[in-house]
Amino acid sequence: MSRDSTRKVLTVAFLVCLVCSILVSVAAIGLKGGQVKNQEEEKWRNILQIAGLYDPAKSVDEQFKKVSSRSVDLASGEFVTAVDADSPYVIPPEKDLAGIKVRPRNMEVYLVEEDGKLQQMILPVYGKGLWSTMYGFIALAPDLTTVSGFGFYQHGETPGLGGEIDNQSWLAKWPGKRVYNEQGEVKLKVLKGSVDAASVNAQYQIDGISGATLTARGVSNLLAYWLGENGYKPFLAGLRKDGGMQP
Amino acid sequence: MSSYKETLFNPIFNKNPITLEVLGICSALAVTSKLETVVVMALAVTLVVAFSNLSVSLIRNQIPGSIRIIVQLTIIATLVIIVDQVLKAYAFSISKQLSVFVGLIITNCIVLGRAEAFAMKNPPLLSFVDGIGNGIGYSVVLLIVGFFRELLGSGKLFGATILKTVSEGGWYLPNGLFLLPPSAFFLIGLIIWALRSWKTAQVEKEG
Repeated sequence: MSRDSTRKVLTVAFLVCLVCSILVSVAAIGLKGGQVKNQEEEKWRNILQIAGLYDPAKSVDEQFKKVSSRSVDLASGEFVTAVDADSPYVIPPEKDLAGIKVRPRNMEVYLVEEDGKLQQMILPVYGKGLWSTMYGFIALAPDLTTVSGFGFYQHGETPGLGGEIDNQSWLAKWPGKRVYNEQGEVKLKVLKGSVDAASVNAQYQIDGISGATLTARGVSNLLAYWLGENGYKPFLAGLRKDGGMQP
Repeated sequence: MSSYKETLFNPIFNKNPITLEVLGICSALAVTSKLETVVVMALAVTLVVAFSNLSVSLIRNQIPGSIRIIVQLTIIATLVIIVDQVLKAYAFSISKQLSVFVGLIITNCIVLGRAEAFAMKNPPLLSFVDGIGNGIGYSVVLLIVGFFRELLGSGKLFGATILKTVSEGGWYLPNGLFLLPPSAFFLIGLIIWALRSWKTAQVEKEG
């Protein structure tokens, strides 16, 4: 058979593809366990970091024992045991502040408890920034309205501009700010420019980042969505009414 | 037929893929801000180029000329995916920092260049050695660039503080330019200048 005959071309192409695909499949399946574990640990590490509990000297597994995860049905605001509801919830366009179109019906939330008392409630949040969907967590103190930590673990904003949402000194401005006002409205937002410390609203406001106006708007919008009526608000309000800290 | 020793050592200074052929520059700019990532990237590229050379050479007499490039690329892509999967399982934090650049080894001209220019014409073992040699040549340049970028950019080597920076209460004011990719251009330029002043045969003829 000549080296350039059609049959030879097809045979070589087929055999190369077959051998290569077997190798790739073996690698992907054989290593899956380790990879899934790493991704889980990465998520746990992010949760611990945002809650301000992370100690690089200790193993993530060990530290995460303080944290328990529970599923919450956002519509009813109740804890549920089923991990997955059958279909995602399509967000009505006029309520879709975060620009995400659909979300799961149930969300996994993380509770940090000590001696049976809630220390922090960590809620996953995500939404559109300028270029990308930004994924992060917001940690709330036991009163469920004071921020105790905030940060993103995945986004694709412009490095040096919108990417500065990862800047530690900016994230350090978040703890102590309040989410809701007396009427229960979400007031927490990132300003354009800096916060006037004398203003009555200063407790709800975060300094903007120069060059990151649109990313910051995305951050404000996703917080308004996730902490609002269509997000965690019914759940948080229900918890607070039940005495807050005994889920 | 060149000897194994020559095949192994020639690509390090005499025929270095980065400084002579100016290939593989993209990743050399992208991953050299820290030595830790440099070492992993250099290792990954060396393994990929060595094994792609070996595999291509093993079947070189079977590959039809009309589809040889795509066959080579399929083999390279397979190796890169395997390396990427291994890194994700055993060196997760580094694989996150290297992000897309591990996947982009597929498009690294050094790998395809060696497969096409060397492995298609030489026996398997010699091709393997050529791959190792070119991988080392690539690694040496990356290590030099990474050394200067990490030292001058953040005052550290392998994450350990060497020059205490002002922000940590020391005296060294880090040069932020070295953390940005363009600085690698300057460094590689200087390396090429130095190497061609030493080995004048590498200077391209004008006109």
